[in-house]
Amino acid sequence: MALLQISEPGQSAAPHQHRLAVGIDLGTTNSLVATVRSGLSIVLHDDEGRVLLPSVVHYLADGSTEVGYAAQAQQSHDPHNTIVSAKRFMGRGVHDIPDIAHYPYRFIDAPGMLQLNTVAGIKSPVEVSAEILKSLKLRAEKSLGGMLSGAVITVPAYFDDAQRQATKDAAKLAGINVLRLLNEPTAAAVAYGLDNASEGVFVIYDLGGGTFDISILRLSRGVFEVLATNGDSALGGDDFDRRVFCWILEQAKLPPIGPEDTRLLLTRAREAKELLTDHAEIHITCALSSGHLVDLMLTDQVFTEITGHLVTKTLAPTRKALRDAKIGIENIQGVVMVGGATRMPQIQQAVARFFGQEPLTNLDPDKVVALGAAIQANMLAGNRNDDELLLLDVTPLSLGIETMGGLTERIIPRNSTLPVARAQDFTTFRDGQTAMSLHVVQGERDLVSDCRSLASFELRGIPPMAAGAARIRVTFQVDADGLLSVKAFEQTSGAEANIVVKPSYGLDDDEIANMLQAGFAHASDDKEARALAEARVDAERLLEAIAVALKQDGSTLLSTEEQQLLETKMNALRNLLASSDARRITIDTETLNHASEAFAARRMDASVRKALTGHTLDNLKV
Amino acid sequence: MLNSNHFSLFDLPVSFAIDLAQLNQRYRAMQGEVHPDRVAAGTPAERLRSMQLSTQVNEAYQTLKSPVARARYLLQLNGVDTQEETNTAMPAAFLMQQMEWREAIEDASTTNDALALDALLKQLRQAAGNLERDLHHSLDQSHDYLSAAEAVRKLRFLDKVHDEIEHAIEALEQ
Repeated sequence: MALLQISEPGQSAAPHQHRLAVGIDLGTTNSLVATVRSGLSIVLHDDEGRVLLPSVVHYLADGSTEVGYAAQAQQSHDPHNTIVSAKRFMGRGVHDIPDIAHYPYRFIDAPGMLQLNTVAGIKSPVEVSAEILKSLKLRAEKSLGGMLSGAVITVPAYFDDAQRQATKDAAKLAGINVLRLLNEPTAAAVAYGLDNASEGVFVIYDLGGGTFDISILRLSRGVFEVLATNGDSALGGDDFDRRVFCWILEQAKLPPIGPEDTRLLLTRAREAKELLTDHAEIHITCALSSGHLVDLMLTDQVFTEITGHLVTKTLAPTRKALRDAKIGIENIQGVVMVGGATRMPQIQQAVARFFGQEPLTNLDPDKVVALGAAIQANMLAGNRNDDELLLLDVTPLSLGIETMGGLTERIIPRNSTLPVARAQDFTTFRDGQTAMSLHVVQGERDLVSDCRSLASFELRGIPPMAAGAARIRVTFQVDADGLLSVKAFEQTSGAEANIVVKPSYGLDDDEIANMLQAGFAHASDDKEARALAEARVDAERLLEAIAVALKQDGSTLLSTEEQQLLETKMNALRNLLASSDARRITIDTETLNHASEAFAARRMDASVRKALTGHTLDNLKV
Repeated sequence: MLNSNHFSLFDLPVSFAIDLAQLNQRYRAMQGEVHPDRVAAGTPAERLRSMQLSTQVNEAYQTLKSPVARARYLLQLNGVDTQEETNTAMPAAFLMQQMEWREAIEDASTTNDALALDALLKQLRQAAGNLERDLHHSLDQSHDYLSAAEAVRKLRFLDKVHDEIEHAIEALEQ
């Protein structure tokens, strides 16, 4: 007989029903979407029962798009307009992409991020990724039968600020409320750890289509603490295909080939790599449009030889991560393999040799990231009331600023647990100086030119003083998504300095707004209707969050007057929702949020007290 | 922000000697309450407050977990500046030891001797352990803050040597 579940009085989330939340693995070659249903994390499939969505977008002349398998089928016919591996271009300029000549695309070196010239116009990698996300959102809403309340989107742990920001922008463009950007290996650890009730130090070896991550985590009673992470955001299974592709060109002694044939041979190379997982040798045969015939035999031995340096390339970041975590190989409880590329036997053998133990492959390496992301999404959306799951992740790269002589001054070291903030004091160089500029970089090298430029900040409005008298405190904050924000104020006068942020890579708010508008124009959507819908969603989200908070803590943390004041403001906003004044709704939402600040502070402080008394009680029991 | 110092945040006594197991357990319990994941569906005000508190808990934990950061913090609470940037005067014997280590790193690098570098790391850990014992005495017992400040400066030197060894190991692995 089924047991009926009854919640503790006052603890129930009802009348708020189960919120629809998903985990999305936005991969270089394939993407997936998963959700938690009846307590189980499952991957959602399309109408034809397929769970993988090839991360391929085909742009057509009429401005429409095809995504996934339909787009993949066009790769060889229309290589210029069929974008694969867009993830490799996120937050990157043309000069950042190795072997750029191998790609069949018409790149444009835009000042922020590179762009692609397609038959449907110029597209940013953010827009390409947004098409993939839209397709997954559609699949999820169809499958779950309702609007998504939010999503956790995974990113490689080694993604820098520009790549993370680009991913978040893509989600915004796709109309997805991002609950959190989650590191792929951490997501895999959640799926693996909860499934196996594991305890101890684990290594996640994650070789995807285009990125490599290594993370070292301590698992203990539902707490996933990342000790160190490292990797290479431009190394993945694609590179193995490319090696086989180059081998074919050499062996078949082919003259320079066109983009269609390049695409065809890359596809054959990928198929060869996949077949070699359970075959000792395979035949590669195809007829090129140039009339040349390719007929070769590739053995697993030759494949291992020509790709050996790629396997070795994953071990240097692995050693660095172990050193940063101060963990010896003998203390590793298990090594979890993630990413389709870890199916290659020579990878599994190399990892087994390095760690002196067989890697764990009992979860599908293609699905495990999405499954873990879904578990976190379910928790973040508020569907789980138990507090047993806690993810403590880290920054993959050090954050610094440029000082005299082009040197980097490290402000936040790599592998700092998130969220993290550091303050740094600056002073003026000249009498009466009212502005100064700062250059923020990310990376481990001493020279600024060897690090990645994140942004230039200009501080204006410093009160005029003698040189060296001003004390400007700049605070760098990295949030739980791994994204940076900067605040500055002059301490002697208390003046808040204005900050003008010029991202070196990525998009500024205007560019996002333009893309959104372009999207509306194309879908012949009414822009104002969209703005109104978004304002209402934001208002409803805030109203619901405050209602839940009031129900839980209103009577204990607020006076009757304070409660009434909040409720009056809430009712006013509720009444306004029926109107179609998007601007008023947005302003009143902001006002209500502001009015709830003191309540929020008291709730959080109460949580701290709860944590403290919690352990005092534990001590009493001992 | 919470009106407390790093020790009282975790309800621990203000001293250099610390119960690390207790610190770890309380850190996790605290993050379990204040981490941004707990209020992801909350109001913007709640999310901001949570990020600030969670940041503060991380900062306190990192400071208390590391012996040198903990000692520096204790000295700061007692109004003593460790003068790590300005005071580079060191006893001659300590400076000699420094030079020997640097020469050993260079030798090991030129002869590609990874084992020698590992052995150096062990030596360095031992030297750091001795300084931490000195700190326990000078901070918790004799309250000799000037010699504690010197021990912190020495540990800072050792950190730099440690970084150099790690760079040398990385260079060997390339």
